[in-house]
Amino acid sequence: MKNIFVIAGKEIRSLFVSPIAYVVLTGFLLLGGWFFFNLLFRFSYLLTLYTSLQNFEGLQGLNLNEHVISPLLHNLTIVLVIMVPVITMRSFAEEKRNGTYELLLTSPLTVTQIVLGKFLGSLFFIFVMILLTGIYPAILLLYGNPELGILAAGYLGLLLLGTVFVSVGLLTSSLTENQIVAAVTCFVVLLLLYVLSWPSETAGAALGDVLKYLSVIEHFSDMVKGVIDTKNLVYLLSLILLSLFLTHRSVEASRWR
Amino acid sequence: MIEATRLTKYYGDFCAIQNVSFTAQRGEILGLLGPNGAGKTTTMRIITGFMPATEGTVTVEGYDVFKESHEVRRRIGYLPENPPLYNDMTVSSYLKFVGRIKGVSGKEIPGSLDGVLERCSLTEVADRLVGQLSKGYRQRVGLAQALIHNPVVLILDEPTIGLDPKQIIEIRSLIRDLSGDRTVILSTHILPEVSQICNKVVIINEGRVVVEKNLKELTQGVTLEEVFLRYISKEAEEGAEEAAFL
Repeated sequence: MKNIFVIAGKEIRSLFVSPIAYVVLTGFLLLGGWFFFNLLFRFSYLLTLYTSLQNFEGLQGLNLNEHVISPLLHNLTIVLVIMVPVITMRSFAEEKRNGTYELLLTSPLTVTQIVLGKFLGSLFFIFVMILLTGIYPAILLLYGNPELGILAAGYLGLLLLGTVFVSVGLLTSSLTENQIVAAVTCFVVLLLLYVLSWPSETAGAALGDVLKYLSVIEHFSDMVKGVIDTKNLVYLLSLILLSLFLTHRSVEASRWR
Repeated sequence: MIEATRLTKYYGDFCAIQNVSFTAQRGEILGLLGPNGAGKTTTMRIITGFMPATEGTVTVEGYDVFKESHEVRRRIGYLPENPPLYNDMTVSSYLKFVGRIKGVSGKEIPGSLDGVLERCSLTEVADRLVGQLSKGYRQRVGLAQALIHNPVVLILDEPTIGLDPKQIIEIRSLIRDLSGDRTVILSTHILPEVSQICNKVVIINEGRVVVEKNLKELTQGVTLEEVFLRYISKEAEEGAEEAAFL
């Protein structure tokens, strides 16, 4: 356990001394702010429009959760798809190129400790990044009255999604010694997980359902609506465990090549 | 003590080493000699548990490298050919990190850190970033990294490569001081280095051990250069004869 935290601590430190971390953090918050501003602006525009038109049905349909928070979280997932690979690409690939992989593998550490340490390190960073976007809903809480439960479920969904992305990023980084290859592979896998459900309506009932279940975004959408179903949790957690298990195998296998 | 028995390693179809056997006792400095590509690094990587041998066994202090890898790794200090350094850390934070993953407890870290900094004359660069150090300092940080957990076995892959003459002399005397009751294996293709610090020599050529002897027995009246060339070329001649015979 102690070894896991030693490795995680080192990961976090080397993330924060590299410029990558700050570029990613700034970019993420900047884009988040832009999304938030636009969504809020549109919301207040609709509010004044419906009021002036005396459209009471429309006014009743307007609420902060559905019109601001939910699209904001959805937009942030797209930015995560792009940013997470940049954070995780170094984790194993850089060690291999640097020769420090030899140090790790000849130290009295287990592969599980190495993988979990790196996982927790990157995860910490992604969580900081996601939680910092909490400023935007906090502003809403200050001036409006969004539903807190739905907001919390949405953020839980975003954190879980971030965890899935990090574990996939570790896996792709463990497979190569080239950071660019690691990042691009991770990006492609994440995007695939994202768009897997696109043909679900034309693919026929059975296959459509399968594709829908396999796509990460369908589960996330449920959570943003405030529904925390065991089905969603089981899906996301098994994806995390599968990726971590494969990463473990891939690190172990690198000895044998 | 290190005991390698009939080590063989294949990379795909390529045979890197074949039937490599030797022993190194406590207090001995064993020089692993051989031309480039002879299999020195492969042999060392197998002893440190970085990768398994295709066949054969190694025991370090009585523990099997493959089966009791954890116990072995706890006891080995290893300096690979390229020192495994993190350029974005300072020398002392890097050495602390290595100490922690090598199993040195938090309480003992400051003591061992000061010890290796002093031993490898790194005290004045302790707060500098590793990435900003010169080649000689980097090599010494690499050596400090191998010593931080006070291992009983030291495996050094070309420890003096890329150093200036003064630094070479310093590192050599450091290695000699370190040997004491430790087992040291160092690889090199600088022959005078071996005559100066090693007491046992193993010459590897094309993946095979061609000689394993004490330095004194080996160099009675001849220089190590002559011995080395004789063994390396004898191998080549025998190979040629075999080929002709076939």
